[in-house]
Amino acid sequence: MRHLLAIEDLDRAQIERVMERADSFAEVGRRDIKKVPTLRGRTVVSLFYEASTRTSASFELAAKRLSADLISIKAAGSSIDKGESLKDTIATLSAYEPEAIIVRSPHAGAASLVAGWTDAGVINAGDGKHEHPSQALLDVYTLRGRFGDIQGKRIWIVGDVLHSRVARSCALAFRIMGAKVTLCGPPTLIPRGAAAALDCDVTHQIDSIGEADVIYALRMQNERMSESFVPSIREYAMRFQVNSRRLGQRQLLMHPGPVNRGVELSGEVIDGPNSLIADQVKSGLVVRMAILYELMAGGDKPRSATGVVEPELTAPTPIGEPA
Amino acid sequence: MTDRPISSLDWRGAGQRPRDLILREASVLDPRAGIDAQHDIVIRDGRIAGLASPGSAELDGAEVIEAGGLTAVPAFFDPHVHLRTPGREDKEDIETGSRAAAAGGYCGILGMANTQPPVDTAGAIESLRERAGEDACVPVGFLATVTRGMKGDELTDMAELIDVGAVGFSDDGLPIRSARVMRRALQYQRMAGAQIALHEEDPELSGAGVMHEGEVSALLGMEGVPSISESTMIARDAALALYEDARIHVQHLSARESIEVVARAKDAGIQITSEATPHHLTLTDEAVRALDSRFKMNPPLRTEDDRQALIDALRSGIVDCIATDHAPHAAEEKEVPFEQAAMGVTGLETAFAVIHTDLIVPGILDLGTVIDRMSAGAIAFGFELPSMSPDSEAHIALLDLDAEWEAGADGWESRSHNSCFAGRKLRGRCQVTIAAGHVAFRQRSFALGVAT
Repeated sequence: MRHLLAIEDLDRAQIERVMERADSFAEVGRRDIKKVPTLRGRTVVSLFYEASTRTSASFELAAKRLSADLISIKAAGSSIDKGESLKDTIATLSAYEPEAIIVRSPHAGAASLVAGWTDAGVINAGDGKHEHPSQALLDVYTLRGRFGDIQGKRIWIVGDVLHSRVARSCALAFRIMGAKVTLCGPPTLIPRGAAAALDCDVTHQIDSIGEADVIYALRMQNERMSESFVPSIREYAMRFQVNSRRLGQRQLLMHPGPVNRGVELSGEVIDGPNSLIADQVKSGLVVRMAILYELMAGGDKPRSATGVVEPELTAPTPIGEPA
Repeated sequence: MTDRPISSLDWRGAGQRPRDLILREASVLDPRAGIDAQHDIVIRDGRIAGLASPGSAELDGAEVIEAGGLTAVPAFFDPHVHLRTPGREDKEDIETGSRAAAAGGYCGILGMANTQPPVDTAGAIESLRERAGEDACVPVGFLATVTRGMKGDELTDMAELIDVGAVGFSDDGLPIRSARVMRRALQYQRMAGAQIALHEEDPELSGAGVMHEGEVSALLGMEGVPSISESTMIARDAALALYEDARIHVQHLSARESIEVVARAKDAGIQITSEATPHHLTLTDEAVRALDSRFKMNPPLRTEDDRQALIDALRSGIVDCIATDHAPHAAEEKEVPFEQAAMGVTGLETAFAVIHTDLIVPGILDLGTVIDRMSAGAIAFGFELPSMSPDSEAHIALLDLDAEWEAGADGWESRSHNSCFAGRKLRGRCQVTIAAGHVAFRQRSFALGVAT
């Protein structure tokens, strides 16, 4: 994998490879010293034009656990603030010869543009409302941990699909892995043409959600009602909130975070036994380690036929704190 | 109202007597005049003196252009061009824009008024006309804005603007949001005269849309501009035009719904004309999948169904003419994420070749229809239609229909390079453009007598 720009670019085999790689890193997380020297001496740039907690934190921790040198840039306080264009910023950062650039932008296609302007591998950490591929990969990984295989599973994605890059990447990834996907939400928040574009079912009634094996709730932002997408948060919650009344015992619950408690999810289901939300966060770290590895080391390192990583990873020399 | 000659527009050649010309052994095609045969075209004093049998014409002192194998058609007229002057001469100016037009086979173009500042005063029109008289390679007319500063609130001094030579009015780039202001403009048109060209879009429905609202925008997660944003505004303005007995020209039609509204308006006898661009006739929103900002324009590229409707409407005449909406932009305005990129593409140098390659060569449209629509924009704005019939002003494009070339490979005449067809292999190219009897353009290879 040269870049990770969009789930749309991937096939099932590529996703499986990231999953297997993530499995091997899960072992590292169970060690005392959770660090391997795999990417020592290599530089990773993390460039965030939008606020982020879990995505930036887990990518940065992933890079550190792989011993990469990390440059982390947030829009506020950087030359981006002074009006430097994305192209010029990338030209500047490319002078440090990074091998990977992780970029989040409020604009669709930003990561693809960056990929055209640098020799580094580019990871899309969210581009506008377009895609958020690492989120979808960690969600597939999480479900794989429960089901082994998600082929044929029924997954309902509930809420504000229109404004959600997570919904788009997840729907595509779940379909690639063979699941059946239903998009559920008010007609104002499901884009015209979504069923055909994402090869999903669309419904505006939550009544038959009992058929779902997995309910993936999306964040409902408060400002949506001022833009007339929904009349009120109250009405939205009445119609589409996933709560203990709607969540069946055998159904699993996911959410990309951050959650609006009492809006798309009720408090009791967030913390309940069906919730995979904490698992998703944990998966985020190992999957992002796997993505960095695939981009930076996947191509030129010898690899065993089973997809198990080379000895230095399975039996790493523990390394101490930097001098 | 009688149509004005195109030569009454401002350009370098105005008032100068051109050298007489003989275009020898050209295949002459002018569907409106019923001409489709090989002739020598004799041009004297800037007018077509006659069509002689091939190889027979003689005229003392005339330059002879060997046109064997070339097709001579009425030169094209583009009623929708952005010359970016005043204010953004880094993107285009009157000379570069009109040179691009001449290279595309155009004998006349009309410049839009959404410059910086907008063209909304008599002084601005006068100064542009003066500049065109010095710099323009083909006749150029200038529209003034409908509303002061394009703010949509107050009308410009429309009667005075006509007196100093504005050729029409448009707030192109923006719709006229207020139905009340639109109505007043149409009422005032009865006194001031002149066409009002409309960029039809309901800003409430377009929102922050950057591409067509449909399957591709759903996949890309981009805010869409729905087709009804265009069609509902056309319906409003057609109703106003009917009520006020006014005439309107609808710019850059893009959606099937819009075409249906225009068709109904024409059936109802409303004085409405419309145009379509080469990019809307040949591309769809599928081109946007890769998020390449070269394919960002307003109105956006729509679906294959819309494109087919547009082709049918061009054939039937519901769409009167082809206009490029030539919109030059600086490289840095396009080298940004799609949503931030400037809207618009250049088009003058590729218009005929693109339509020839994609629609005529495959047999979807016939050459005669396209030739007619390429110049019919003149009629919509009250200019004489370029014609090959004797005694017409000599506005001629000499086309090599077999020439194969790559768009942009030899550079561009336009100062900007934001063509959505750059790199495309095209078939058919203008070799010589004659405007009012003057040779306004010769393809370099043609001038040197080498094969292309």
